[in-house]
Amino acid sequence: MLELSSVVINRGGRNIVNNVSLAACTGEFIALVGPNGAGKSTLISVVAGLMKPDSGTVTLDGRSLGEFRGQNLARLRAYLPQNPFCEWPISVERLVALGLTPSLPAIGKMPEAHISRITATIEAFDLSDHRDQPATTLSGGELTRAMLARALVGDPELLFVDEPIAGLDPRHALDTIKRLRRLAETGKLVVASLHDLTLATRYATRIVAMHEGQVIADGTPGEILTPRLLYELFDVDARINGEGERAIVDFLPPD
Amino acid sequence: MRSSFPMIVLLLALLSILFFLSLLAGRVWIPPSEVFSGLFSGGTELSEIIIFELRLPRAVLAVVIGASLGMSGAVLQGLTRNPLAEPFLLGVSAGASLGAVIAIYFGLAAMFAAATPFLGIVGAFSATAITFALGRGGGTLALILAGAAVSGLGGALIALSLNLAPNANAAYEIMNWLMGSLSDRSWDHVFLVLPFVLIGGAILISTGRALDALSLGETQAQSLGVDLLHLRLLVLFGTAIAVGSATSVAGVIGFIGLVAPHLIRPWTDYQPSHVIIPAALAGAVLLLGADIATRIIHIGPELKLGVFTSLIGTPFFFWHVVKLRKTAP
Repeated sequence: MLELSSVVINRGGRNIVNNVSLAACTGEFIALVGPNGAGKSTLISVVAGLMKPDSGTVTLDGRSLGEFRGQNLARLRAYLPQNPFCEWPISVERLVALGLTPSLPAIGKMPEAHISRITATIEAFDLSDHRDQPATTLSGGELTRAMLARALVGDPELLFVDEPIAGLDPRHALDTIKRLRRLAETGKLVVASLHDLTLATRYATRIVAMHEGQVIADGTPGEILTPRLLYELFDVDARINGEGERAIVDFLPPD
Repeated sequence: MRSSFPMIVLLLALLSILFFLSLLAGRVWIPPSEVFSGLFSGGTELSEIIIFELRLPRAVLAVVIGASLGMSGAVLQGLTRNPLAEPFLLGVSAGASLGAVIAIYFGLAAMFAAATPFLGIVGAFSATAITFALGRGGGTLALILAGAAVSGLGGALIALSLNLAPNANAAYEIMNWLMGSLSDRSWDHVFLVLPFVLIGGAILISTGRALDALSLGETQAQSLGVDLLHLRLLVLFGTAIAVGSATSVAGVIGFIGLVAPHLIRPWTDYQPSHVIIPAALAGAVLLLGADIATRIIHIGPELKLGVFTSLIGTPFFFWHVVKLRKTAP
Protein backbone atom coordinates (compact mmCIF):
# COMPACT_ATOMS: atom_id res chain seq x y z
CA MET A 1 0.00 0.00 0.00
CA LEU A 2 1.16 3.50 -0.87
CA GLU A 3 0.50 6.11 1.78
CA LEU A 4 1.04 9.85 1.80
CA SER A 5 0.78 11.71 5.03
CA SER A 6 0.65 15.54 5.20
CA VAL A 7 2.96 15.93 2.19
CA VAL A 8 4.14 19.48 1.50
CA ILE A 9 6.29 20.67 -1.41
CA ASN A 10 7.44 24.29 -1.61
CA ARG A 11 9.08 25.80 -4.67
CA GLY A 12 10.01 29.43 -5.15
CA GLY A 13 8.10 30.52 -2.06
CA ARG A 14 4.90 28.80 -3.27
CA ASN A 15 3.08 25.80 -1.86
CA ILE A 16 2.99 23.48 -4.87
CA VAL A 17 1.63 20.58 -2.85
CA ASN A 18 -0.11 21.55 0.35
CA ASN A 19 -0.75 19.01 3.08
CA VAL A 20 -1.82 16.07 0.95
CA SER A 21 -2.71 12.77 2.61
CA LEU A 22 -3.76 9.77 0.56
CA ALA A 23 -3.70 5.99 0.65
CA ALA A 24 -3.73 3.85 -2.47
CA CYS A 25 -3.84 0.10 -3.00
CA THR A 26 -2.92 -2.20 -5.86
CA GLY A 27 -5.81 -2.82 -8.23
CA GLU A 28 -6.76 0.85 -8.30
CA PHE A 29 -6.59 3.13 -11.34
CA ILE A 30 -6.42 6.61 -9.87
CA ALA A 31 -6.95 9.62 -12.13
CA LEU A 32 -5.46 12.85 -10.81
CA VAL A 33 -7.53 15.71 -12.18
CA GLY A 34 -7.35 19.46 -11.77
CA PRO A 35 -6.42 22.66 -13.57
CA ASN A 36 -2.92 23.46 -14.80
CA GLY A 37 -0.64 24.32 -11.89
CA ALA A 38 -2.76 22.37 -9.37
CA GLY A 39 0.29 20.28 -8.37
CA LYS A 40 -0.59 17.03 -10.17
CA SER A 41 2.78 16.50 -11.86
CA THR A 42 4.64 17.40 -8.67
CA LEU A 43 2.53 14.96 -6.67
CA ILE A 44 3.26 12.21 -9.22
CA SER A 45 7.01 12.92 -8.91
CA VAL A 46 6.67 12.69 -5.12
CA VAL A 47 4.82 9.37 -5.07
CA ALA A 48 7.28 8.02 -7.65
CA GLY A 49 10.09 8.85 -5.22
CA LEU A 50 11.77 11.29 -7.61
CA MET A 51 11.17 14.31 -5.39
CA LYS A 52 11.52 14.44 -1.62
CA PRO A 53 8.69 16.19 0.24
CA ASP A 54 9.69 19.26 2.27
CA SER A 55 7.59 17.83 5.05
CA GLY A 56 5.33 14.84 5.48
CA THR A 57 6.00 11.22 4.58
CA VAL A 58 5.47 8.87 1.67
CA THR A 59 5.58 5.17 2.51
CA LEU A 60 5.32 2.01 0.47
CA ASP A 61 4.14 -1.00 2.51
CA GLY A 62 5.14 0.86 5.64
CA ARG A 63 8.67 1.79 4.49
CA SER A 64 9.59 5.35 3.69
CA LEU A 65 10.37 5.84 -0.02
CA GLY A 66 13.65 7.51 0.93
CA GLU A 67 14.86 4.25 2.51
CA PHE A 68 14.69 2.35 -0.78
CA ARG A 69 17.83 2.03 -2.86
CA GLY A 70 17.33 3.59 -6.29
CA GLN A 71 17.48 0.28 -8.12
CA ASN A 72 15.17 -1.53 -5.70
CA LEU A 73 12.58 1.20 -6.02
CA ALA A 74 13.01 1.14 -9.80
CA ARG A 75 12.07 -2.55 -9.88
CA LEU A 76 8.91 -1.89 -7.86
CA ARG A 77 7.54 1.12 -9.68
CA ALA A 78 7.69 2.66 -13.12
CA TYR A 79 7.34 6.33 -13.99
CA LEU A 80 6.62 8.08 -17.25
CA PRO A 81 6.87 11.86 -17.53
CA GLN A 82 4.62 13.92 -19.77
CA ASN A 83 5.67 13.59 -23.44
CA PRO A 84 8.44 11.05 -22.89
CA PHE A 85 11.10 11.10 -25.59
CA CYS A 86 14.20 9.28 -26.75
CA GLU A 87 17.34 11.26 -27.57
CA TRP A 88 19.07 8.72 -29.83
CA PRO A 89 17.58 6.79 -32.75
CA ILE A 90 17.80 3.47 -30.90
CA SER A 91 15.44 0.68 -31.98
CA VAL A 92 12.09 0.07 -30.28
CA GLU A 93 13.50 -3.20 -28.98
CA ARG A 94 16.41 -1.35 -27.31
CA LEU A 95 14.04 1.27 -25.95
CA VAL A 96 11.81 -1.35 -24.33
CA ALA A 97 14.91 -3.12 -23.00
CA LEU A 98 15.90 0.06 -21.12
CA GLY A 99 13.02 -0.72 -18.75
CA LEU A 100 15.11 -3.60 -17.45
CA THR A 101 18.05 -1.33 -16.53
CA PRO A 102 17.54 -1.85 -12.76
CA SER A 103 17.87 -5.64 -13.16
CA LEU A 104 20.92 -5.66 -15.42
CA PRO A 105 24.53 -6.37 -14.41
CA ALA A 106 26.88 -3.35 -14.70
CA ILE A 107 28.50 -4.65 -17.87
CA GLY A 108 28.05 -7.65 -20.11
CA LYS A 109 25.31 -9.13 -22.24
CA MET A 110 21.59 -9.15 -21.60
CA PRO A 111 20.46 -12.45 -19.96
CA GLU A 112 18.31 -14.76 -22.18
CA ALA A 113 15.31 -14.58 -19.84
CA HIS A 114 15.23 -10.82 -20.32
CA ILE A 115 15.20 -11.14 -24.11
CA SER A 116 12.10 -13.35 -24.09
CA ARG A 117 10.41 -10.96 -21.70
CA ILE A 118 11.18 -8.04 -24.02
CA THR A 119 9.72 -9.96 -26.96
CA ALA A 120 6.55 -10.77 -25.01
CA THR A 121 6.12 -7.12 -23.98
CA ILE A 122 6.68 -5.89 -27.53
CA GLU A 123 3.95 -8.27 -28.72
CA ALA A 124 1.59 -7.29 -25.91
CA PHE A 125 1.87 -3.65 -26.97
CA ASP A 126 1.37 -4.40 -30.69
CA LEU A 127 4.86 -3.19 -31.55
CA SER A 128 6.16 -6.30 -33.32
CA ASP A 129 6.15 -4.54 -36.71
CA HIS A 130 8.19 -1.68 -35.24
CA ARG A 131 10.70 -3.80 -33.34
CA ASP A 132 13.74 -2.63 -35.33
CA GLN A 133 12.44 0.84 -36.15
CA PRO A 134 14.34 3.80 -34.63
CA ALA A 135 12.26 5.10 -31.71
CA THR A 136 12.74 8.66 -32.93
CA THR A 137 10.70 7.92 -36.08
CA LEU A 138 7.62 6.54 -34.28
CA SER A 139 4.30 8.39 -34.41
CA GLY A 140 2.87 9.84 -31.19
CA GLY A 141 0.60 6.85 -30.56
CA GLU A 142 3.34 4.34 -31.29
CA LEU A 143 5.81 6.16 -29.06
CA THR A 144 3.30 6.22 -26.19
CA ARG A 145 2.83 2.46 -26.58
CA ALA A 146 6.60 1.91 -26.75
CA MET A 147 7.14 4.00 -23.61
CA LEU A 148 4.39 2.12 -21.76
CA ALA A 149 6.03 -1.12 -22.87
CA ARG A 150 9.35 0.26 -21.58
CA ALA A 151 7.72 1.10 -18.24
CA LEU A 152 6.03 -2.30 -17.87
CA VAL A 153 8.65 -4.71 -19.20
CA GLY A 154 10.12 -5.04 -15.71
CA ASP A 155 6.66 -5.99 -14.33
CA PRO A 156 6.48 -3.26 -11.67
CA GLU A 157 3.75 -3.23 -9.02
CA LEU A 158 3.07 0.47 -9.38
CA LEU A 159 2.86 2.72 -12.43
CA PHE A 160 2.90 6.51 -12.27
CA VAL A 161 2.18 8.35 -15.50
CA ASP A 162 2.00 12.09 -16.08
CA GLU A 163 -0.60 12.98 -18.72
CA PRO A 164 -0.26 9.78 -20.74
CA ILE A 165 -2.78 10.83 -23.40
CA ALA A 166 -1.71 14.44 -23.96
CA GLY A 167 -1.41 15.03 -27.70
CA LEU A 168 -2.90 11.68 -28.74
CA ASP A 169 -5.76 11.31 -31.24
CA PRO A 170 -9.01 9.81 -29.85
CA ARG A 171 -8.26 6.27 -30.97
CA HIS A 172 -4.82 6.19 -29.37
CA ALA A 173 -6.02 8.02 -26.27
CA LEU A 174 -8.76 5.43 -25.81
CA ASP A 175 -6.35 2.57 -26.44
CA THR A 176 -3.88 3.93 -23.87
CA ILE A 177 -6.47 4.55 -21.19
CA LYS A 178 -7.96 1.07 -21.66
CA ARG A 179 -4.49 -0.43 -21.27
CA LEU A 180 -4.03 1.46 -17.99
CA ARG A 181 -7.40 0.18 -16.78
CA ARG A 182 -6.49 -3.40 -17.69
CA LEU A 183 -3.22 -3.04 -15.77
CA ALA A 184 -5.14 -2.06 -12.66
CA GLU A 185 -7.44 -5.04 -13.20
CA THR A 186 -4.40 -7.32 -13.22
CA GLY A 187 -3.56 -6.11 -9.71
CA LYS A 188 -1.26 -3.14 -10.26
CA LEU A 189 -1.65 0.35 -8.89
CA VAL A 190 -1.90 2.92 -11.67
CA VAL A 191 -1.82 6.65 -10.94
CA ALA A 192 -2.18 8.98 -13.93
CA SER A 193 -2.85 12.68 -14.26
CA LEU A 194 -5.54 13.29 -16.86
CA HIS A 195 -7.17 16.29 -18.49
CA ASP A 196 -9.76 14.29 -20.42
CA LEU A 197 -12.47 14.04 -17.78
CA THR A 198 -14.75 11.88 -19.93
CA LEU A 199 -12.09 9.19 -20.19
CA ALA A 200 -11.17 9.64 -16.51
CA THR A 201 -14.82 9.17 -15.49
CA ARG A 202 -15.26 6.14 -17.71
CA TYR A 203 -12.13 4.19 -16.93
CA ALA A 204 -10.59 5.29 -13.63
CA THR A 205 -11.66 3.41 -10.52
CA ARG A 206 -11.03 6.48 -8.41
CA ILE A 207 -10.65 10.19 -9.00
CA VAL A 208 -8.50 12.51 -6.92
CA ALA A 209 -9.25 16.17 -7.64
CA MET A 210 -6.54 18.72 -6.91
CA HIS A 211 -6.79 22.47 -6.68
CA GLU A 212 -3.99 24.83 -5.63
CA GLY A 213 -1.90 22.02 -4.19
CA GLN A 214 -4.66 20.47 -2.14
CA VAL A 215 -6.89 17.45 -2.62
CA ILE A 216 -10.44 18.79 -2.63
CA ALA A 217 -12.26 15.59 -3.55
CA ASP A 218 -11.41 11.91 -3.57
CA GLY A 219 -13.63 8.95 -4.46
CA THR A 220 -15.15 6.92 -7.26
CA PRO A 221 -16.19 8.91 -10.33
CA GLY A 222 -19.88 8.29 -9.58
CA GLU A 223 -19.51 9.59 -6.03
CA ILE A 224 -17.56 12.76 -6.48
CA LEU A 225 -17.79 14.03 -10.04
CA THR A 226 -20.47 16.73 -10.00
CA PRO A 227 -20.92 19.97 -11.98
CA ARG A 228 -20.23 21.80 -8.73
CA LEU A 229 -16.85 20.13 -8.23
CA LEU A 230 -15.92 20.80 -11.85
CA TYR A 231 -16.84 24.46 -11.44
CA GLU A 232 -14.73 24.62 -8.30
CA LEU A 233 -11.78 23.04 -10.13
CA PHE A 234 -11.90 24.76 -13.49
CA ASP A 235 -14.10 27.80 -12.99
CA VAL A 236 -16.25 26.65 -15.92
CA ASP A 237 -19.83 25.34 -15.97
CA ALA A 238 -20.04 21.66 -16.83
CA ARG A 239 -22.63 18.99 -17.55
CA ILE A 240 -22.24 15.28 -16.87
CA ASN A 241 -24.41 12.94 -18.94
CA GLY A 242 -24.70 9.20 -18.44
CA GLU A 243 -22.82 6.91 -16.10
CA GLY A 244 -19.96 4.45 -16.12
CA GLU A 245 -18.58 3.69 -19.59
CA ARG A 246 -21.20 5.94 -21.21
CA ALA A 247 -20.45 9.06 -19.16
CA ILE A 248 -19.70 12.27 -21.03
CA VAL A 249 -18.31 15.38 -19.37
CA ASP A 250 -19.11 18.55 -21.28
CA PHE A 251 -17.86 22.02 -20.48
CA LEU A 252 -20.33 24.78 -21.36
CA PRO A 253 -19.45 28.13 -22.89
CA PRO A 254 -20.05 31.08 -20.53
CA ASP A 255 -23.31 32.95 -21.14
CA MET B 1 19.56 -6.14 -33.54
CA ARG B 2 22.73 -4.63 -35.02
CA SER B 3 25.93 -5.84 -33.44
CA SER B 4 28.98 -3.62 -33.21
CA PHE B 5 31.27 -6.65 -33.26
CA PRO B 6 32.11 -6.63 -37.02
CA MET B 7 32.94 -2.92 -36.81
CA ILE B 8 35.22 -3.50 -33.81
CA VAL B 9 37.07 -6.20 -35.79
CA LEU B 10 37.36 -3.87 -38.78
CA LEU B 11 38.68 -1.01 -36.64
CA LEU B 12 41.20 -3.34 -34.98
CA ALA B 13 42.42 -4.50 -38.40
CA LEU B 14 42.75 -0.91 -39.59
CA LEU B 15 44.55 0.02 -36.39
CA SER B 16 47.03 -2.87 -36.83
CA ILE B 17 47.81 -1.81 -40.41
CA LEU B 18 48.34 1.82 -39.38
CA PHE B 19 50.41 0.76 -36.39
CA PHE B 20 52.76 -1.18 -38.63
CA LEU B 21 52.85 1.65 -41.15
CA SER B 22 53.73 4.13 -38.39
CA LEU B 23 56.86 2.06 -37.63
CA LEU B 24 57.94 2.34 -41.27
CA ALA B 25 57.10 5.96 -41.94
CA GLY B 26 59.17 9.00 -41.14
CA ARG B 27 62.14 11.02 -42.27
CA VAL B 28 63.88 7.69 -42.74
CA TRP B 29 61.70 5.02 -44.32
CA ILE B 30 62.52 1.63 -42.87
CA PRO B 31 61.80 -1.53 -44.88
CA PRO B 32 59.31 -3.97 -43.25
CA SER B 33 61.92 -6.72 -42.83
CA GLU B 34 64.05 -4.44 -40.66
CA VAL B 35 60.98 -3.45 -38.65
CA PHE B 36 60.45 -7.10 -37.72
CA SER B 37 64.08 -7.69 -36.81
CA GLY B 38 64.13 -4.43 -34.85
CA LEU B 39 61.02 -5.41 -32.90
CA PHE B 40 62.09 -8.90 -31.99
CA SER B 41 65.88 -8.78 -31.66
CA GLY B 42 66.23 -5.37 -30.01
CA GLY B 43 69.58 -4.92 -31.70
CA THR B 44 71.76 -1.84 -31.84
CA GLU B 45 71.57 -1.08 -35.53
CA LEU B 46 70.45 2.50 -36.18
CA SER B 47 67.18 1.36 -37.75
CA GLU B 48 66.48 -0.85 -34.74
CA ILE B 49 67.06 2.02 -32.34
CA ILE B 50 64.80 4.26 -34.41
CA ILE B 51 62.04 1.66 -34.31
CA PHE B 52 62.29 0.59 -30.71
CA GLU B 53 63.18 3.84 -28.99
CA LEU B 54 61.43 6.40 -31.20
CA ARG B 55 58.66 5.03 -33.39
CA LEU B 56 57.25 2.28 -31.19
CA PRO B 57 56.63 4.49 -28.13
CA ARG B 58 55.27 7.18 -30.44
CA ALA B 59 52.83 4.75 -32.07
CA VAL B 60 51.76 3.35 -28.70
CA LEU B 61 51.18 6.89 -27.40
CA ALA B 62 49.10 7.77 -30.46
CA VAL B 63 46.90 4.72 -29.85
CA VAL B 64 46.56 5.32 -26.11
CA ILE B 65 45.89 9.05 -26.40
CA GLY B 66 43.60 8.73 -29.43
CA ALA B 67 41.61 6.04 -27.62
CA SER B 68 41.26 8.13 -24.47
CA LEU B 69 40.07 11.16 -26.49
CA GLY B 70 37.62 9.12 -28.60
CA MET B 71 36.22 7.32 -25.58
CA SER B 72 35.84 10.51 -23.53
CA GLY B 73 34.05 12.19 -26.44
CA ALA B 74 31.60 9.29 -26.73
CA VAL B 75 30.86 9.29 -23.00
CA LEU B 76 30.51 13.09 -22.78
CA GLN B 77 28.16 13.08 -25.79
CA GLY B 78 26.16 10.35 -24.05
CA LEU B 79 26.03 12.27 -20.78
CA THR B 80 25.14 15.66 -22.23
CA ARG B 81 23.19 14.22 -25.18
CA ASN B 82 24.86 17.01 -27.05
CA PRO B 83 26.45 16.01 -30.37
CA LEU B 84 29.11 18.71 -29.99
CA ALA B 85 30.34 17.59 -26.57
CA GLU B 86 33.98 16.58 -26.19
CA PRO B 87 36.67 16.85 -23.49
CA PHE B 88 37.28 20.41 -24.60
CA LEU B 89 33.69 21.31 -23.72
CA LEU B 90 33.95 20.60 -20.01
CA GLY B 91 37.22 22.50 -19.62
CA VAL B 92 39.24 19.31 -19.06
CA SER B 93 41.64 20.07 -21.91
CA ALA B 94 41.99 23.72 -20.87
CA GLY B 95 42.80 22.68 -17.29
CA ALA B 96 45.36 20.12 -18.43
CA SER B 97 46.96 22.67 -20.78
CA LEU B 98 47.15 25.27 -18.05
CA GLY B 99 48.78 22.79 -15.66
CA ALA B 100 51.39 21.85 -18.25
CA VAL B 101 52.00 25.49 -19.17
CA ILE B 102 52.63 26.29 -15.49
CA ALA B 103 55.22 23.50 -15.43
CA ILE B 104 56.97 24.97 -18.45
CA TYR B 105 56.61 28.58 -17.30
CA PHE B 106 58.21 28.05 -13.91
CA GLY B 107 60.96 25.88 -15.34
CA LEU B 108 59.70 22.80 -13.47
CA ALA B 109 59.65 20.86 -16.72
CA ALA B 110 63.38 21.44 -17.14
CA MET B 111 64.08 20.22 -13.60
CA PHE B 112 62.25 16.92 -13.86
CA ALA B 113 60.49 15.44 -16.86
CA ALA B 114 57.38 14.23 -15.08
CA ALA B 115 56.44 17.74 -13.93
CA THR B 116 54.46 18.52 -17.10
CA PRO B 117 52.25 15.43 -17.06
CA PHE B 118 51.83 15.65 -13.32
CA LEU B 119 50.69 19.26 -13.32
CA GLY B 120 48.59 18.52 -16.42
CA ILE B 121 46.62 15.92 -14.50
CA VAL B 122 46.33 18.25 -11.50
CA GLY B 123 45.07 21.00 -13.84
CA ALA B 124 42.53 18.68 -15.45
CA PHE B 125 41.30 17.60 -12.04
CA SER B 126 41.02 21.17 -10.78
CA ALA B 127 39.20 22.33 -13.90
CA THR B 128 36.83 19.39 -13.66
CA ALA B 129 36.19 20.04 -10.00
CA ILE B 130 35.38 23.70 -10.69
CA THR B 131 33.14 22.72 -13.61
CA PHE B 132 31.35 20.26 -11.42
CA ALA B 133 30.97 22.65 -8.47
CA LEU B 134 29.63 25.41 -10.75
CA GLY B 135 27.34 23.17 -12.74
CA ARG B 136 26.01 21.29 -9.76
CA GLY B 137 22.26 20.96 -9.45
CA GLY B 138 21.57 22.82 -12.68
CA GLY B 139 21.39 19.86 -15.04
CA THR B 140 23.31 19.33 -18.24
CA LEU B 141 23.01 22.87 -19.57
CA ALA B 142 24.60 24.32 -16.43
CA LEU B 143 27.38 21.75 -16.72
CA ILE B 144 28.15 22.76 -20.31
CA LEU B 145 28.08 26.47 -19.43
CA ALA B 146 30.37 25.85 -16.47
CA GLY B 147 32.72 23.94 -18.77
CA ALA B 148 32.74 26.85 -21.23
CA ALA B 149 33.54 29.29 -18.41
CA VAL B 150 36.39 27.12 -17.14
CA SER B 151 37.75 26.74 -20.71
CA GLY B 152 37.64 30.50 -21.08
CA LEU B 153 39.50 31.01 -17.83
CA GLY B 154 42.12 28.40 -18.74
CA GLY B 155 42.63 30.04 -22.15
CA ALA B 156 42.97 33.48 -20.58
CA LEU B 157 45.56 32.28 -18.08
CA ILE B 158 47.54 30.52 -20.80
CA ALA B 159 47.50 33.76 -22.83
CA LEU B 160 48.62 35.63 -19.74
CA SER B 161 51.55 33.27 -19.23
CA LEU B 162 52.57 33.82 -22.87
CA ASN B 163 52.18 37.55 -22.37
CA LEU B 164 54.39 37.56 -19.26
CA ALA B 165 56.78 34.81 -20.35
CA PRO B 166 60.20 35.41 -18.73
CA ASN B 167 62.02 34.91 -21.99
CA ALA B 168 61.33 34.22 -25.62
CA ASN B 169 62.46 30.65 -25.18
CA ALA B 170 59.79 29.87 -22.57
CA ALA B 171 57.13 31.48 -24.78
CA TYR B 172 58.34 29.44 -27.73
CA GLU B 173 58.26 26.27 -25.68
CA ILE B 174 54.73 26.94 -24.45
CA MET B 175 53.54 27.74 -27.99
CA ASN B 176 55.19 24.60 -29.27
CA TRP B 177 53.52 22.51 -26.64
CA LEU B 178 50.11 24.10 -27.21
CA MET B 179 50.27 22.96 -30.84
CA GLY B 180 50.32 19.33 -29.72
CA SER B 181 52.83 16.75 -30.88
CA LEU B 182 54.01 13.19 -30.36
CA SER B 183 57.56 13.67 -31.60
CA ASP B 184 60.48 12.97 -29.28
CA ARG B 185 58.28 11.06 -26.84
CA SER B 186 59.85 8.06 -25.12
CA TRP B 187 58.80 4.94 -23.24
CA ASP B 188 58.89 7.05 -20.07
CA HIS B 189 55.95 9.02 -21.43
CA VAL B 190 54.12 5.80 -22.31
CA PHE B 191 54.53 4.37 -18.83
CA LEU B 192 53.57 7.69 -17.29
CA VAL B 193 50.32 8.04 -19.21
CA LEU B 194 49.22 4.41 -19.63
CA PRO B 195 48.05 3.64 -16.06
CA PHE B 196 46.00 6.83 -15.96
CA VAL B 197 44.37 6.17 -19.32
CA LEU B 198 43.55 2.61 -18.23
CA ILE B 199 42.00 3.78 -14.95
CA GLY B 200 40.10 6.61 -16.65
CA GLY B 201 38.98 4.26 -19.44
CA ALA B 202 37.69 1.67 -16.96
CA ILE B 203 35.70 4.36 -15.14
CA LEU B 204 34.26 5.63 -18.43
CA ILE B 205 33.25 2.14 -19.62
CA SER B 206 31.49 1.51 -16.30
CA THR B 207 29.08 4.37 -17.05
CA GLY B 208 27.60 2.62 -20.12
CA ARG B 209 24.34 1.33 -18.64
CA ALA B 210 23.52 4.62 -16.98
CA LEU B 211 24.23 6.50 -20.23
CA ASP B 212 21.84 4.14 -22.04
CA ALA B 213 19.08 4.96 -19.55
CA LEU B 214 19.90 8.65 -19.97
CA SER B 215 18.75 8.34 -23.61
CA LEU B 216 15.27 8.74 -22.10
CA GLY B 217 16.11 12.03 -20.41
CA GLU B 218 17.11 12.76 -16.84
CA THR B 219 13.82 12.06 -15.04
CA GLN B 220 13.22 8.73 -16.73
CA ALA B 221 16.84 7.72 -16.11
CA GLN B 222 16.42 8.68 -12.46
CA SER B 223 13.22 6.63 -12.26
CA LEU B 224 15.20 3.65 -13.59
CA GLY B 225 17.51 3.87 -10.59
CA VAL B 226 20.30 5.95 -12.14
CA ASP B 227 21.99 8.19 -9.58
CA LEU B 228 22.62 11.27 -11.72
CA LEU B 229 25.06 12.90 -9.30
CA HIS B 230 27.12 9.73 -9.10
CA LEU B 231 27.04 9.36 -12.89
CA ARG B 232 28.22 12.94 -13.51
CA LEU B 233 31.03 12.45 -10.98
CA LEU B 234 32.17 9.23 -12.64
CA VAL B 235 32.16 10.80 -16.10
CA LEU B 236 34.03 13.90 -14.94
CA PHE B 237 36.64 11.92 -13.01
CA GLY B 238 37.10 9.38 -15.81
CA THR B 239 37.50 12.14 -18.37
CA ALA B 240 39.84 14.18 -16.18
CA ILE B 241 42.13 11.22 -15.55
CA ALA B 242 42.21 9.94 -19.13
CA VAL B 243 42.27 13.24 -21.01
CA GLY B 244 44.27 15.18 -18.41
CA SER B 245 47.16 12.72 -18.57
CA ALA B 246 46.91 12.38 -22.36
CA THR B 247 46.91 16.15 -22.94
CA SER B 248 49.83 16.70 -20.62
CA VAL B 249 51.98 14.27 -22.59
CA ALA B 250 50.93 15.16 -26.12
CA GLY B 251 49.83 18.77 -25.79
CA VAL B 252 46.49 20.07 -27.04
CA ILE B 253 44.91 17.75 -29.60
CA GLY B 254 41.42 18.84 -30.53
CA PHE B 255 38.54 17.33 -32.46
CA ILE B 256 39.46 13.64 -32.09
CA GLY B 257 36.98 13.44 -29.19
CA LEU B 258 34.35 15.12 -31.35
CA VAL B 259 34.89 13.32 -34.65
CA ALA B 260 35.55 9.72 -33.52
CA PRO B 261 32.12 9.00 -31.98
CA HIS B 262 30.34 10.68 -34.90
CA LEU B 263 32.19 8.66 -37.51
CA ILE B 264 31.33 5.30 -36.04
CA ARG B 265 27.86 5.99 -34.57
CA PRO B 266 25.92 5.28 -37.83
CA TRP B 267 27.45 1.77 -37.83
CA THR B 268 26.30 1.06 -34.28
CA ASP B 269 22.79 0.72 -32.85
CA TYR B 270 23.17 4.26 -31.39
CA GLN B 271 23.01 2.94 -27.84
CA PRO B 272 25.58 5.04 -25.91
CA SER B 273 27.18 2.03 -24.19
CA HIS B 274 27.77 0.40 -27.58
CA VAL B 275 29.51 3.50 -28.93
CA ILE B 276 32.24 3.76 -26.25
CA ILE B 277 34.65 0.99 -27.35
CA PRO B 278 34.28 1.63 -31.11
CA ALA B 279 34.81 5.37 -30.47
CA ALA B 280 38.01 4.58 -28.54
CA LEU B 281 39.26 2.48 -31.47
CA ALA B 282 38.24 5.14 -33.99
CA GLY B 283 40.05 7.77 -31.91
CA ALA B 284 43.19 5.63 -31.93
CA VAL B 285 42.91 5.09 -35.72
CA LEU B 286 42.39 8.82 -36.33
CA LEU B 287 45.26 9.98 -34.16
CA LEU B 288 47.66 7.33 -35.43
CA GLY B 289 46.68 8.20 -39.02
CA ALA B 290 47.11 11.91 -38.34
CA ASP B 291 50.50 11.33 -36.73
CA ILE B 292 51.67 9.34 -39.76
CA ALA B 293 50.40 12.14 -42.01
CA THR B 294 52.44 14.76 -40.14
CA ARG B 295 55.54 12.67 -40.78
CA ILE B 296 54.81 12.11 -44.47
CA ILE B 297 53.69 15.62 -45.40
CA HIS B 298 56.71 17.89 -45.78
CA ILE B 299 55.97 21.60 -46.01
CA GLY B 300 59.02 23.12 -44.36
CA PRO B 301 59.18 22.53 -40.58
CA GLU B 302 57.44 19.53 -39.03
CA LEU B 303 53.66 19.81 -39.10
CA LYS B 304 52.39 19.69 -35.52
CA LEU B 305 49.88 16.97 -34.73
CA GLY B 306 47.44 19.25 -32.86
CA VAL B 307 47.48 21.72 -35.74
CA PHE B 308 46.83 18.94 -38.23
CA THR B 309 43.90 17.40 -36.30
CA SER B 310 42.38 20.86 -35.95
CA LEU B 311 42.76 21.51 -39.68
CA ILE B 312 41.01 18.29 -40.64
CA GLY B 313 38.56 18.44 -37.71
CA THR B 314 37.27 21.99 -38.23
CA PRO B 315 35.52 21.26 -41.58
CA PHE B 316 33.68 18.47 -39.77
CA PHE B 317 32.63 20.97 -37.14
CA PHE B 318 31.39 23.37 -39.84
CA TRP B 319 29.50 20.55 -41.52
CA HIS B 320 27.82 19.72 -38.23
CA VAL B 321 26.79 23.33 -37.63
CA VAL B 322 25.28 23.51 -41.14
CA LYS B 323 23.42 20.26 -40.48
CA LEU B 324 22.08 21.62 -37.19
CA ARG B 325 20.89 24.77 -38.97
CA LYS B 326 18.99 22.67 -41.47
CA THR B 327 17.26 20.58 -38.83
CA ALA B 328 16.67 23.44 -36.36
CA PRO B 329 13.09 24.73 -36.26
